[in-house]
Amino acid sequence: MLALIPLFPLIGFVVNATLGRRLPKSVSGGLASLAMLASFAVSVTVWWQLVGMPAEDRSIDQVVYTWLASDDLTLPLAFRLDPLSAVMILVVTGIGSLIHIYSTAYMHDEVDSEFARYFSYLNLFAAFMLVLVLGSSFPVMFVGWEGVGLCSYLLIGFWFKKQSASDAGKKAFVVNRIGDYAFILGMLALFARFGTLDFQGVAQAVGQVEPETSFGIVSIATLLLFIGATGKSAQIPLYTWLPDAMEGPTPVSALIHAATMVTAGVYMIGRNAVLFSHAPETMLIVAVIGAITALMAATIGLVQNDIKRVLAYSTVSQLGLMFLAMGVGAFGAGIFHLYTHAFFKACLFLGSGAVIHALHGEQDIRNMGGLRKQLPITFSTFAIATIAIAGVPGLAGFFSKDEILFETFAEGHTILWFVAALTSLLTATYMSRLVYLTFFGQRRNDAPAAHGHDHGHGHGAHDHGHLHDAPPAMALALIVLAIGSIAAGYIGLPHALGGHNVLHAWLEPAFGLHEAVAEGEADHASLELSLMGVSTLIAFAGIAIATFIWLWRRELAASLAQTFAPLYRLLLNKYYVDELYDATIVQPIKVVSQQGLWRGFDVRIIDGAVNGTGALVSGGSAVLRRLQTGSVRTYAGSLFMGVVVVLGYYLWR
Amino acid sequence: MPEIVTFYLLAGILVVSSALVIGQRNPMYSVLFLIVAFAALAGLYIQLDAPFVAVAQIIIYAGAIMVLFLFVVMLLNAPQEDAAEWDRTHPLRRPGIARVGAVLAGVLILQLAYALVRANELQAPVGSQTGPAIVSNVRELGKVLFDRHAFAFEATSILILVAMVGAVVLARREGES
Amino acid sequence: MIPLHHYLIVSAVLFAIGTAGVFLRRNLITILLSVEIMLNAVNLTFVAFGRYRGDVDGQIITFFVMTVAAAEAAVGLALIIALFRHRESLNPDAFTSLKW
Repeated sequence: MLALIPLFPLIGFVVNATLGRRLPKSVSGGLASLAMLASFAVSVTVWWQLVGMPAEDRSIDQVVYTWLASDDLTLPLAFRLDPLSAVMILVVTGIGSLIHIYSTAYMHDEVDSEFARYFSYLNLFAAFMLVLVLGSSFPVMFVGWEGVGLCSYLLIGFWFKKQSASDAGKKAFVVNRIGDYAFILGMLALFARFGTLDFQGVAQAVGQVEPETSFGIVSIATLLLFIGATGKSAQIPLYTWLPDAMEGPTPVSALIHAATMVTAGVYMIGRNAVLFSHAPETMLIVAVIGAITALMAATIGLVQNDIKRVLAYSTVSQLGLMFLAMGVGAFGAGIFHLYTHAFFKACLFLGSGAVIHALHGEQDIRNMGGLRKQLPITFSTFAIATIAIAGVPGLAGFFSKDEILFETFAEGHTILWFVAALTSLLTATYMSRLVYLTFFGQRRNDAPAAHGHDHGHGHGAHDHGHLHDAPPAMALALIVLAIGSIAAGYIGLPHALGGHNVLHAWLEPAFGLHEAVAEGEADHASLELSLMGVSTLIAFAGIAIATFIWLWRRELAASLAQTFAPLYRLLLNKYYVDELYDATIVQPIKVVSQQGLWRGFDVRIIDGAVNGTGALVSGGSAVLRRLQTGSVRTYAGSLFMGVVVVLGYYLWR
Repeated sequence: MPEIVTFYLLAGILVVSSALVIGQRNPMYSVLFLIVAFAALAGLYIQLDAPFVAVAQIIIYAGAIMVLFLFVVMLLNAPQEDAAEWDRTHPLRRPGIARVGAVLAGVLILQLAYALVRANELQAPVGSQTGPAIVSNVRELGKVLFDRHAFAFEATSILILVAMVGAVVLARREGES
Repeated sequence: MIPLHHYLIVSAVLFAIGTAGVFLRRNLITILLSVEIMLNAVNLTFVAFGRYRGDVDGQIITFFVMTVAAAEAAVGLALIIALFRHRESLNPDAFTSLKW
């Protein structure tokens, strides 16, 4: 049963990859979406099965076949469903299905063969992601891990004829790969220490030992795994690929870079909660990096002008918060935020896609404005999702973000809490800014004309009257996700507000941590409530700032940018991190490769050896062929010489 | 006593004629000298109690092969070798392979002489072990030839046949049937 | 009684003369003649040894050697004729098409 979940999208991939060229769009798109829906149906079914099982023993295992059997390591291709992976597969298949349906409308302008290619990649991605989530051991997860990286490359570079798109695809793949390398090393370290790569096995084995107090092998292994996670989930230092990944089609950004692939790192840590808990040094690093990334990305997002870039940096920032949660030990909170974030971030991306679609490719928010009246559905869903991400109480984002903040504070990391709170403020601000600039005011054309968007710019005047809102396929996804952005958070309603935090209880056994039952609930409750109040304040403050600047006093934005020009430029250029990487890593490697390895080694030594051998043979033969005098007498002479020599030799003996 | 004299006489004629064979400019003369050498050799064979071989030598070698050589020489109207510079130069001063060859020949003689002198058992006189009767009996020779070496005998006949055919084919003028 | 090695020395000298002839002469026919000299030297050795051992085998070998020599002379001369027709020369140095 479990194997069906990744199998359906895999079949969809095969069909679309082989036959897609000849199929009409409705068939290939419909088939792909159907595969996802089937997967979703199976996911719901097995989830329901899981619900029916007793809480301490909630797991379904399925072994597909034995992948590797040797003396040291037996590795079955096995899937494991437990509460954590159940949440994940529901998110992946559910939101994935919506995005597939959305894509049928969004990608409608493509040629049939391209359309089918897109859906084949999308299905393949879903299949790999599901393998990643359902895998019961590190290697199986790694198969999915690499597979989604591959599909990310394929999809980011989908319009590969555009140089920037194919560059972005390559960048994503290479950066991911660096993370993968660390992941492999982490796996090896774990295997060396514990002799097993099965999640359950590792958890059991590590449970036998005490948590490490210094940097031991467990810390190193978990740190390496975390570096792999930074590559996949776009944290410092391997986050640079995500903003560039916006070159891909918007539904791709929604699915891969908001809801699913980038959450793989968070999921991985959640999966190995026991392991990570035994490496407090690593956990601290995780939390700190998460917090710093969150803040940094939020500051960059504040000044970006491409609608998708803002959302990309927002994703990086929110992922940072998730890692912060994992790092302080609040695994449940991190997964909770992952789950709610999937809803509103996907809604935001799809909404931006609707805007771009309506404006025929315009992505610069300086050229937008006043779309509120013309794209009502898009606007309302976008606004709902924005409020959710800002952390306004009552919507999903509030509960999950608040839980993270609370847990951070409660564990004593006050500085990290402050950083996270600041990030939340900035989140509310820049998201509101985005809404105001896109949907409010008058339609503008402020972007400098030299900005190159391939899809044309300056449509200004004649387009105003004829904007069409999202077509039904797109609107469906938007509406469902918007509802989710509101409602999804209630399953994590904390005790302090009278709820039962169902999600937390559900996930608890999957983490395997035997936390002491929360004592002093009353204390906790009051702390939680007061922190909740602070969060609410932050959310509204952020929105208020944005309203002030970008709704009422637009000029203030420009003048602020002037006054703090160096800071503004720094943020606009993303702290010049890309340039830094290029100078310190890319160029040296390039020089070494080109001058050293290529010219020096390959050309001179290897080619030299090969050519030299040829030259040697040639030269040798030029000398030796003088033996061929063509004169029989010479040959006879050498014969005779041989006779004399042999005779002489025997006489001498 | 007279045996040794005849031996030296015949051997002397043999060696001198052979040396002259390779020393003549005109191949016709070379062939004629070789015939003389063969005659001396036949004499040596007789002295070795091998009458059959001696007669065969005269008939086959001097009679057939040399005549063949003569025919060919006359047919080809073999030009004389380029005499002038050749005559004047000592073998050791001739360029290239000739010089090497001369040297090697000398070395070979020395080696063989050395070997022969060193091997003591070869000092014994030729006829010391057995009498001539066995060796010179042609009837015996025939018996052994056709009995033990019958296969080789037949093979040789095929060899001659092949050689004959080959010679005819090779020496044909082009275009003839 | 003539010592064996007398015959052998004669034979050796004859062989060396033949060899020298092969190298020193620039006439194909003379070269062939030198080869015949060598063969005869060998024949002498065989007969001498045969007599020495009291065998008839030595003579038998000479019988075959002579036959082969005859065949070889015939074929060799045919070749020389063919070569001569081709190049109008009996100088072995004229035939160098196998030269590199």
